[in-house]
Amino acid sequence: MSGLEREGDSDSRAGTRRAEGADGDRGRIGMWLFICTEILLFGGLFLLYSVYRYKNQADFRAASLDLSRFDGALNTLVLITSSLTAALAVHELRAGRTARTRLFIGATLLLALTFLTVKGFEWAAKFEHGLYPSAPHLLTLPPGQILYFGLYFTMTGLHAIHVIVGMGVFGYVLRSISKGRVGPGRPILMENATLFWHLVDVIWIFLFPLFYLIS
Amino acid sequence: MSDATLQPGEGRRPAPEPGYRSYLLVYAALACLTGLTVVSASLNLGRIAIAIVLAIAGTKAVLVLLYFMHLRYERRLLVKILMPIVVATLAIFIGLTYTDILFR
Repeated sequence: MSGLEREGDSDSRAGTRRAEGADGDRGRIGMWLFICTEILLFGGLFLLYSVYRYKNQADFRAASLDLSRFDGALNTLVLITSSLTAALAVHELRAGRTARTRLFIGATLLLALTFLTVKGFEWAAKFEHGLYPSAPHLLTLPPGQILYFGLYFTMTGLHAIHVIVGMGVFGYVLRSISKGRVGPGRPILMENATLFWHLVDVIWIFLFPLFYLIS
Repeated sequence: MSDATLQPGEGRRPAPEPGYRSYLLVYAALACLTGLTVVSASLNLGRIAIAIVLAIAGTKAVLVLLYFMHLRYERRLLVKILMPIVVATLAIFIGLTYTDILFR
């Protein structure tokens, strides 16, 4: 992602465009490779989840009733909407409308904050009911439920860290647009930030039904 | 294709890319599928419930990958084949794990 700085300040438009062409391809391939490692990371956790769920079906069902389906569905819609605004931000950047790009990035950041707020209230409610890793109350529950909550906090926690990182990257993109390092002629940093954001969305698309919707 | 014909920002990417209309259509589909998955979970579908929920999640993920992440418009073969490779790798992990768990 730091490929932009490497090109230096070649101000001639043709030079910039040519640099962005080759550098943009390299940057995009690198980003996709990183996305693959992320999918394998979460894939391993999903495999762990599926084996434990297979072996503790009743406990997983009982424990999942403690989660609010409404909060989960709301957060799913929030993240999907933020993916839309991020995609539109890239679209506007390529079309050369940076003011709208900033607006859509701002909307994405706001929605990300909404997601984290809902998540925060959810976690706070769990903590109040004595449900957090190694809590005395949690340890009195059946082993399957302890596993469920362990996976719940690990996987949604790791996902929330990704949301926070994504927000940081978008903040950096906003600053780079101001400084002219990201623009219609060199959109690669913005494109890669958005690819990361869509990945965060895709991971949540799987987390939501697996933790909130066990019937 | 000479550089002179390119609009700023178009770079060396292929020309046809989604506009507002297709982005909004994909968004509407994602929202509908979210509703569908919540409804399907509240019905008592028994053992196939997990298959339905995963099929819907998979469909949503494919929509995001193809349209929001522009894989449908990707020109580089390397980027195109990365996702099938990762999915196949995961399938091997999962398949081998379950042959162990189910038949031990």
